[in-house]
Amino acid sequence: MGKPVLFVTRRLPQAVEARASRDYEARLNAEDAPRSKEDILRLSSGAHAVLCCPADRLDAGTIAELPETVKVLGTFSVGFDHIDVAAARARGIQVCNTPDVLSVATAEITMLLIVASARRGPEGERLVRAGRWTGWTPTQLLGTQVSGRRLGIFGMGRIGREVARMAGAFGMQVHYRNQRRLAPELEMGAIYHAEDESFLAASQVLSLNAPGGDGTRKWLNAARIARLPKGAIVVNASRGTLIDDPALIAALHSGQVGCAGFDVYDGEPHVNPGYLALENVVLLPHLGSATAETRDAMGFLALDGIDAVLAGREPANLVT
Amino acid sequence: MRGSPDRLGDASAPLVMPQGYGHHSGNDHRGETHMKPQLVVAPLIPPAVFERARATFETYFAEGNVEAALTAVEKLQAAGLFITSSVKLTAEVIARLPSCLKVAATCSVGFDHIDVAAAKARGLIVTNTPEVLTDCTADLAFMLILNACRRAHEYEAIMRSGWRKSFGMGEMLGTRASGKTLGIVGFGRIGRAVAQRARGFGMRVLYHDTKRIPDELVHGAEHFTDLRAMLPHCQILSLHAPGGPANDRMMNAETFSLLPSGAIFVNAARGALVDEDALIAALTSGHLAGAGLDVYRSEPAFDLRLADLPNIFLVPHMGSATVETRNAMGFRALDNLEAVCAGRPAIDPLWS
Repeated sequence: MGKPVLFVTRRLPQAVEARASRDYEARLNAEDAPRSKEDILRLSSGAHAVLCCPADRLDAGTIAELPETVKVLGTFSVGFDHIDVAAARARGIQVCNTPDVLSVATAEITMLLIVASARRGPEGERLVRAGRWTGWTPTQLLGTQVSGRRLGIFGMGRIGREVARMAGAFGMQVHYRNQRRLAPELEMGAIYHAEDESFLAASQVLSLNAPGGDGTRKWLNAARIARLPKGAIVVNASRGTLIDDPALIAALHSGQVGCAGFDVYDGEPHVNPGYLALENVVLLPHLGSATAETRDAMGFLALDGIDAVLAGREPANLVT
Repeated sequence: MRGSPDRLGDASAPLVMPQGYGHHSGNDHRGETHMKPQLVVAPLIPPAVFERARATFETYFAEGNVEAALTAVEKLQAAGLFITSSVKLTAEVIARLPSCLKVAATCSVGFDHIDVAAAKARGLIVTNTPEVLTDCTADLAFMLILNACRRAHEYEAIMRSGWRKSFGMGEMLGTRASGKTLGIVGFGRIGRAVAQRARGFGMRVLYHDTKRIPDELVHGAEHFTDLRAMLPHCQILSLHAPGGPANDRMMNAETFSLLPSGAIFVNAARGALVDEDALIAALTSGHLAGAGLDVYRSEPAFDLRLADLPNIFLVPHMGSATVETRNAMGFRALDNLEAVCAGRPAIDPLWS
């Protein structure tokens, strides 16, 4: 028997594709064309494993029609809201993701959003790049100081804890909201809030680092925004679905929220046009994990999981 | 600039200049005016600083007009002058200062805009505002590091032009800042505050400084007496050295070439430290993966070729541009003016 067949839905970093081709009969996507449900089903034919990405939709309908040969579904992401895991499990298909390896890169993007929005980085960028800078004045582009400010982290998982470590080095005081309180060695002095009210009141800067899904859908709504200190900063590098966009856009206009930064959007790559019209927001195109170091590590971890399942072992990165 | 759309952070008044701007804003009660020293404020200043200046001094606000400020010093027989780096105290200007003027307080740390020799010869006391902007400037330098590593200019431009396209997992990749080796040139207060932030990102910190830094301030950073010996180790390089002839163009074609390929370069110190032709060449060839600049050899008329480069993040000299810091700087400048006008020694004299 030859190598097992692996269908890779999108183009992956060179080192990852090289390893996939070494160990599998790999069906790659050199053009990086988006894959429809029909494409996915056609290209999975006879495959033992599928390595997909967050842009692919593997809902119950698609999973039900996957060929019998498919034993494992690896996703090139931490999040797996694009996969109906229960439907996969019902068919005996294992799902693996890429936890841990992108925590640091995503936390970096979170800190970038905090500092760049507080300090009005992109506004300054646009002024200088357009050749419209007419000189220094003591009141030009005054932002908000990051050091010494209170940061509220919503969702204190691996990424949230990395953000806490980085923010601590900026002299920020870290508060957090989580399903449960962390052990002291993970908490590292951050202040736990058992309910939203006190958490929001403390959050001069609010960072969303919780998973998507129904449990957090539109968590940041008008009522919660109203509980933030006036002029608060909001950043989101987790999932766009956590935010009620019209409510936040209204708050950015009223000044209840002073500025904001996003790497993710509800309905991306379409973005609520209300954000595009604002100067006081930093907008990045969902590239939180987009470093060469991180993307290689993600691909290798997804392949580790696929290797393990096909060898009859339980992978460390199995989604349960 | 009055009523400009500048947005202030939370808990700050909107930037509408209070009444009295551009006027001699003395107190109406004659008895009190005699108690207050005379002050001329040359530049625009934040509202909170304006209010305190007006409460403490008999003050003329010149709204950025330097000639009007000089005329007002003469007319008011003012002892104090409040300036910033946008107000140049050249030898020629210093020669024209009326003899009544005792002290000029610059609302800045740097003082390259002041002819120190001419000021000394004239017997003028000059003060600056050290310490109060350390964290703020370090925050901005680190913002430049993150923005340059993670290609923020290109990412923002993608968004502002509508996005609509998802990227392949190997496309538009940046450099992860965490875990890298950071070289800091100039390990004074700001350089050390940048090192403190870098530790939160698991970076190895190297530094070059001509001065010996006390051990208790070093926190594990590795010292290089020779800049050239340090550069080959620096995946990220951040400048925090003062300006002046000794450091002019310390980063040039030769020193940039000593950095490892794919390095990130950041300057939030002084534009004169950099040979911008060499910087542009290194960014164009890809020897440098990215750069972030807050300062330029010529400001605000900077070299427009920089604005043609995608792999650079450019901001307009805003290292200390937060409401909190600008207020603190303004208050510190007023502290100095108050001290000298009351016959006490200056708190932050540039020389003694």
